Amino acid sequence: MKPAMTHRIFARAFTALALMLAAAAAFAQGLSGDVPTIDIKNGTATATPIAVIPFAFEGTGLPPDTDVAAVIGNDLDRCGQFRTLPKADIVEYPTRGSEIKYPTWNLLKQAYILVGRQIENPGGDIRVEFELYDVAKQQQLLALAITGQRTGLRDVAHQIADLVYEKITGVRGAFWTRIAYITSTGTGNNIQYALMVADSDGFNPQTVVRSREPLLSPAWSPDGRKLAYVSFERGNSSIYIQEIATGSREVVSARKGINGAPAFSPDGTRLALTLSFAGHPNIYSMDLASHQITQLTKGYAIDTEPKWMPDGQSIVFTSDRSGKPQLYQIPATGGAATRITFQGNYNANASIAYDGKHIAMVQGNGNVYRIAVLDKTTGDSKPISVGNLDDHPSYAPNGSMLLYTATEGSRDVLYAVSANGRVRQRLVLADGDVREPSWSPYRQRGQ
Amino acid sequence: MKLPIRVILTAVVASAALVACAGKNTKPPAAEAAAPAAAAQPENNGGKYTVESLDTDSCLRQRVVYFDFDKSEIKPEFQAQIACHAAYLRQFPGARVTLEGNTDERGTREYNLGLGERRGNAVDSALVAAGASASQLNVVSYGEERPVCKEHNEGCWHKNRRVEIVYTAKQ
Repeated sequence: MKPAMTHRIFARAFTALALMLAAAAAFAQGLSGDVPTIDIKNGTATATPIAVIPFAFEGTGLPPDTDVAAVIGNDLDRCGQFRTLPKADIVEYPTRGSEIKYPTWNLLKQAYILVGRQIENPGGDIRVEFELYDVAKQQQLLALAITGQRTGLRDVAHQIADLVYEKITGVRGAFWTRIAYITSTGTGNNIQYALMVADSDGFNPQTVVRSREPLLSPAWSPDGRKLAYVSFERGNSSIYIQEIATGSREVVSARKGINGAPAFSPDGTRLALTLSFAGHPNIYSMDLASHQITQLTKGYAIDTEPKWMPDGQSIVFTSDRSGKPQLYQIPATGGAATRITFQGNYNANASIAYDGKHIAMVQGNGNVYRIAVLDKTTGDSKPISVGNLDDHPSYAPNGSMLLYTATEGSRDVLYAVSANGRVRQRLVLADGDVREPSWSPYRQRGQ
Repeated sequence: MKLPIRVILTAVVASAALVACAGKNTKPPAAEAAAPAAAAQPENNGGKYTVESLDTDSCLRQRVVYFDFDKSEIKPEFQAQIACHAAYLRQFPGARVTLEGNTDERGTREYNLGLGERRGNAVDSALVAAGASASQLNVVSYGEERPVCKEHNEGCWHKNRRVEIVYTAKQ
């Protein structure tokens, strides 16, 4: 990425984003403040140590509210591959490469150091310049700048975290992404459901749709502009597709019986879904241009939770055709299904990593349901969560982390867990229940 | 929107009145009081019920069928309840019922939508077998979305694994 060239694009993107968020904020549900609570459950000694030094502010106005370095540091900590130097241990505050005294950071056993500054432009927006150094080699790895509005600095911070992550790991970062989830608040007649969208760290929540009847199963379109979901607002389950920015939506299936588990194909032209109008829940594929459906599975079992393999050639789904729910794979045009899970007596609701080799799922044994990751090459699966009623795994687009729902006491809360299961964070995003997280695809500039 | 309170009351009535269900002459006091009003109604198709029977008859007042974990078979103790609702539906061809299928919280939400529907269909088939018309019945599955109890134990899960018989038209 060349910051000088993308400067204007970013500026425009953030203007649009700021307007969108401002509009959304006006409709936002009553959260307990705007700030999600994030607790780190456990750390890891093998993570790469990195010092993220607070960014200096250079300007005449007030410094921005967003602590850019803190946002970056939290991103890096959350993914499990990095361990940032605690604030109390930061003894010097370089803001550019020339000010770094390497012996200090060597002594503190830091592998990398990130420094930067926020420069106020005459127009009022902020140019964030940052430099990443390899401490041992005393070598500059990155020196870039991203400009954003004061209100859009969290987005800038997430993009910097993505660039740092990619430079060090060689894998594209997925911090500048969003998550969709369902909230439910109140009880009995006063229960209120909402489909929400927030930044990947839970900040900037906005309400996509609200309902007094259950909402479930949000699924992103591959361009990140739309969400498909199930709503009971018509009395029975129906599948809607809604444009996030405009709120315009359409019902794509409201047949008799179940209309559930929507999943966009990787090319965005089709929607896999579960329909039971013919008698039993089966997997169908809908052409989104014509809304014509093709039946993919047959039989009396419960076939549901279809998920596309990244190549779009096949679909993984849940079926209890063998007695208990297990995962099966079927060609995207239909045909014979192959069972792919054999460990554990309950395997359901797959989330497929971008490599197509790792599949996260809900694995049940007795009354304990945890998130497990299946290595499709070996057929082995291992748990990566520790709750008793964990549900709904969703991979980040780069496969580095997952989100899932855990039930704690009488509440459903979200957890973010590193793909290796070593670092877990609880995201308390709202009062009431928060569940069914769905991680967005990579964001596109201007979105 | 269905009130959980109603469901709990129904459950209480169900357990209290199980025995009374089969015999139409053994009515609880509440039904006794309403009996004169019911008698004033014209007899419908020569059947034993009036529209008011839905509120007064100890068997018809039972509107919840409970299931074992991950099962959709109707247990023997609910046959009498199925039979009286089928008899009512046969007597009142204009009556309409929605069978709301529900599950406990264990397992995934979409799978539970399927399981709730399977339970709804089981009650649907049993009602039809006992004389109701399929056109009077509509199955909606809510899966685990509408628990009446939110604790994480079998005592609570048992209450949530249910089909609710909801009359949308009484005659």
